[in-house]
Amino acid sequence: MRAGTLRGAAAIAGIGATEFSKDSGRSELQLACEAVLAALADAGLRPADVDGLVTFTAETNSEIHVARNTGMGEVSFFSRVGYGGGAGCGTVQQAAMAVATGAAEVVVCYRAFNERSGERYGLGQADRPMDTSADRAAYAWMTPFGLHTPAQWVALFARRYMHEYGADGDDFGRVAVVDRKHAATNPAAWFYQRPITLEDHRSSRWIAEPLRLLDCCQETDGGQALVVVSAERARDLPHPPALIHGAAQGLGRDQHMMTSYYRPSISGIPEMGLVARQLYAQSGLGPLDVDAAILYDHFTPLVLPQLEELGFCARGEAKDFIADGHLEVGGRLPANTHGGQLGEAYLHGMNGIAEGVRLVRGTSVNQPEGVGHVLVTAGTGVPTSGLVLGGER
Amino acid sequence: MNGTSRSADGTSSTTNGASRTEDGTSSPASEAYEERLRAFVGREVTGPTPGQDPVNQPMIRHWAEAMGDRNPVYTDERAARATGRPGVVAPASMVQAWTMRGYAATVAPAARDTAPGGLAALVALLDEGGYTSVVATDSELEFRRELVPGDHIAVQETVESISPEKKTALGAGRFVTTVKTYRDQAGGLVATQRWRTLRFRPREAGRPRAERSTGGSAAQPGAEPPARRPRPAVNRDNAFWFEAAREHRLVIQRCASCGALRHPPGPCCPECSSLWWDTVESGGRGHLYSYVVNHHPRHPAFTYPLLVAVVELAEGTRLIANLDGVAPEEVRVGMPLVLDWLDADPDLSLPVFRPAATEES
Repeated sequence: MRAGTLRGAAAIAGIGATEFSKDSGRSELQLACEAVLAALADAGLRPADVDGLVTFTAETNSEIHVARNTGMGEVSFFSRVGYGGGAGCGTVQQAAMAVATGAAEVVVCYRAFNERSGERYGLGQADRPMDTSADRAAYAWMTPFGLHTPAQWVALFARRYMHEYGADGDDFGRVAVVDRKHAATNPAAWFYQRPITLEDHRSSRWIAEPLRLLDCCQETDGGQALVVVSAERARDLPHPPALIHGAAQGLGRDQHMMTSYYRPSISGIPEMGLVARQLYAQSGLGPLDVDAAILYDHFTPLVLPQLEELGFCARGEAKDFIADGHLEVGGRLPANTHGGQLGEAYLHGMNGIAEGVRLVRGTSVNQPEGVGHVLVTAGTGVPTSGLVLGGER
Repeated sequence: MNGTSRSADGTSSTTNGASRTEDGTSSPASEAYEERLRAFVGREVTGPTPGQDPVNQPMIRHWAEAMGDRNPVYTDERAARATGRPGVVAPASMVQAWTMRGYAATVAPAARDTAPGGLAALVALLDEGGYTSVVATDSELEFRRELVPGDHIAVQETVESISPEKKTALGAGRFVTTVKTYRDQAGGLVATQRWRTLRFRPREAGRPRAERSTGGSAAQPGAEPPARRPRPAVNRDNAFWFEAAREHRLVIQRCASCGALRHPPGPCCPECSSLWWDTVESGGRGHLYSYVVNHHPRHPAFTYPLLVAVVELAEGTRLIANLDGVAPEEVRVGMPLVLDWLDADPDLSLPVFRPAATEES
């Protein structure tokens, strides 16, 4: 794995979001514009300064609409990243590479949707329109059997993980409890002041056994944007730069969309392992140098193998790592200090990157002591991505 | 008048699962409407109608080729004579083809089709009763003699029976049975065909329905007919698998170059990049690799809790399928499984797996 030249070349200089709700009452494009303008204001920049845009292929708000409406001028770099929530950190990688190569100077990464009041991903793929593309044909192995939803797809990994490592429902529940604990003190979180107990988790209803309701992230209306500039330029802007020490994507061998059940083993997340190896090689850091993490938590079970793939514990030991309290503020690896997607909001992981920036700035509502480096992950079960952010120290 | 219960014959149940009915239940329709329907029974709805062309060799050849029927008696004079026939004959089951009206006639019906009291009038009456959709359920043919080139066939159709309203998987409907009589140019009987269709009221879209068992067999007596399962997106790369499934064969794609098995299928071998492939048929034995018990959200085609499994076949590949014959709390990763088949609806057959132990006990 090569170190490359990306380390420290670019930084996230601005973050901005709308409120997180269940019914925004306005268009997805308006949410995108609001988030982009907020991030630019946070960075001390104007729309006219922007010359690069990156978003998800899943995004409905095309670059042309966002650029025109917010008053951006000429945009010299625009790119999209696929695979749903796996795209999140990949958008920042695209932006950092554009800045490092001179393709653009100020790149905005954004994601905005009415995912709760509009099209809900959690309802699944059963009745989507047909076509003959390979992507749609892949669902032929799922939907006729009643296997439609992300929760159901994840449950098949979770069941196998439980079988191989002896994990149980409580081990998943502890992830939800710590997320909700952090959300409870975050005024921006949907579940602000609403923590849960392990007993609440145990008594929540089945969604896709072994997943209960409280293993599943919420669905959210909202928007989140990030502003990426060169490290040099970031030093002249209002906030301490969140330097991008590592940014990587990963697509594993025999990868499917949320349903890679055909590999020799399905209890790990090989594409996340690939991301981790690149992040450590680029940044020159190892797991012991990471002081906090934002772990993609659309569903609790896949947080466990993430910890293992990222090298924070050995295979099968994540349940003990979590039970020992290491994800708490004050633990070995404070995680999802904003409340995660279970507690704060489901913005396809983009809100988690913003929290990574706040952790580097020292401004999280649940700020741990001495955070030098933060590792952020994107969606699991899909081709994914990751970031290592850090301060100047 | 419940003659249509004969639809329980083997032909109809294998060709069309929708024909399974709940016997003896008819909805309270108006007596006047019943009377008007009854008036059609025994009536000739299509008068003697000659085919457009006489029996001829080119059409025979096209038919045999399309059907993949290589019997030389249809195309080779000498081979036909060797069997004791005077010359080539037409395939018996082609009898209907000689009198088909063709596309142009279908889109612009001739006057005889709309004659008062004819088939069009019966269809209009059924439409009036809300039975606006139609599906063919079965066809029983009886042949009297083989046709030879030069024969000119005419068909005549008489209504044999119209059933009371029945509940079916497709919706409430009536089985309409007619008898078609095929005669040659001399008026000699060639064949008869008992032709049964279901004229039905399409079910309302999106109305929730439940299947009876976890694996989800289709219509059950007394149960509300189920919504159809989501259609698989079939394309050039996966069609072979679903076609084999309709024949109750579980096939696995095999690289024709290196022999590696793969599933789900694709056009190219991940092991050796070969584009050549064939299939092998699975022996239907395997074990449970992982499973999920689905509770929410619910789709109207399924009964919940719904068991979905990743099955590892003895051949080594894995596939997704429903589990049947086992309660969710009894399912264990690693349990041995055997293949069974689910005819979910007339267009969709899928593998299901059952615990191997229950079959042996």
